[in-house]
Amino acid sequence: MKIEIAYAITMCVILLSMALTLVRAFRGPSLYDRILAVNSFGTMTVLFIAVLGFLEGRPAFMDVALMYALINFIGTIAVLKYFKFGDLAHAGRTSKDEALPSNTSLPS
Amino acid sequence: MIVFIDIVLLTLLVATAISLVRLRNLIATIMLAGIFSLLSACLFMTMDAVDVAFTEAAVGAGLTTVLMLGALVLIGREEKVPGKGSALPLVVVLITGFVLIYGTMDMPYFGSPDAPIHQHLVDRYVEKSGGPDGEVGPPNVVTSVLASYRGYDTMGEVAVIFTAAVSVMLLLGVGFATKREDAS
Repeated sequence: MKIEIAYAITMCVILLSMALTLVRAFRGPSLYDRILAVNSFGTMTVLFIAVLGFLEGRPAFMDVALMYALINFIGTIAVLKYFKFGDLAHAGRTSKDEALPSNTSLPS
Repeated sequence: MIVFIDIVLLTLLVATAISLVRLRNLIATIMLAGIFSLLSACLFMTMDAVDVAFTEAAVGAGLTTVLMLGALVLIGREEKVPGKGSALPLVVVLITGFVLIYGTMDMPYFGSPDAPIHQHLVDRYVEKSGGPDGEVGPPNVVTSVLASYRGYDTMGEVAVIFTAAVSVMLLLGVGFATKREDAS
């Protein structure tokens, strides 16, 4: 019975941190704040699903949470590539002395 | 506890939606749309719809972000500030929302045992599908439903997925790379 209370408290903390992350995503002055907010929100989702599984007595949800962790980074990588190269289809740098394109300045 | 989690998640969802409408920076909008999808996935998880939740997270937060960014490369980063429009769109949205909610009035409550799906066929699937004397055989009910009771549906799905895979391979040019090197 006591472990149920621990799960409930953990769930409340996760929900609270979801709310805090959302505040950062809403207000975040720079775009990198928002990228970080989305990435950490994905992590919160993984934790949420894992704790929800134990809370409802279905620990098999743990596998689903792991799958979420695997797909979590795709969006973040796409956004960062867009900022670095200005183009999603860019092949990346081929040699070290090739200069970066000029549009890599930090967006506001 | 589940009710409390649902209330918190729905509140966050509404806050995200309002912020999504008010933002003018398109990259921030894409980021918030990803968060919206993740929140929806959490809500689906609390309703035990694990597969729906996973599709929502993979497509909504993963693929759509990439597609939207691809569109952003073409159209620029800032949304035009619209002039003062008429109230017509708001009225249309409100009427549509009302009609949709009115349409759910006839549906049974979530998880209700009186729902048609719990009275119609499920008992037969659970009781008669498995076992050596069963109608299908495998111990797993879901396997029986997918492979036998709904076999034609599954065959159609497999055909669709196969066609999609072949199309993607043709678009990406898998298998043509070596020929091109020979030609050059």
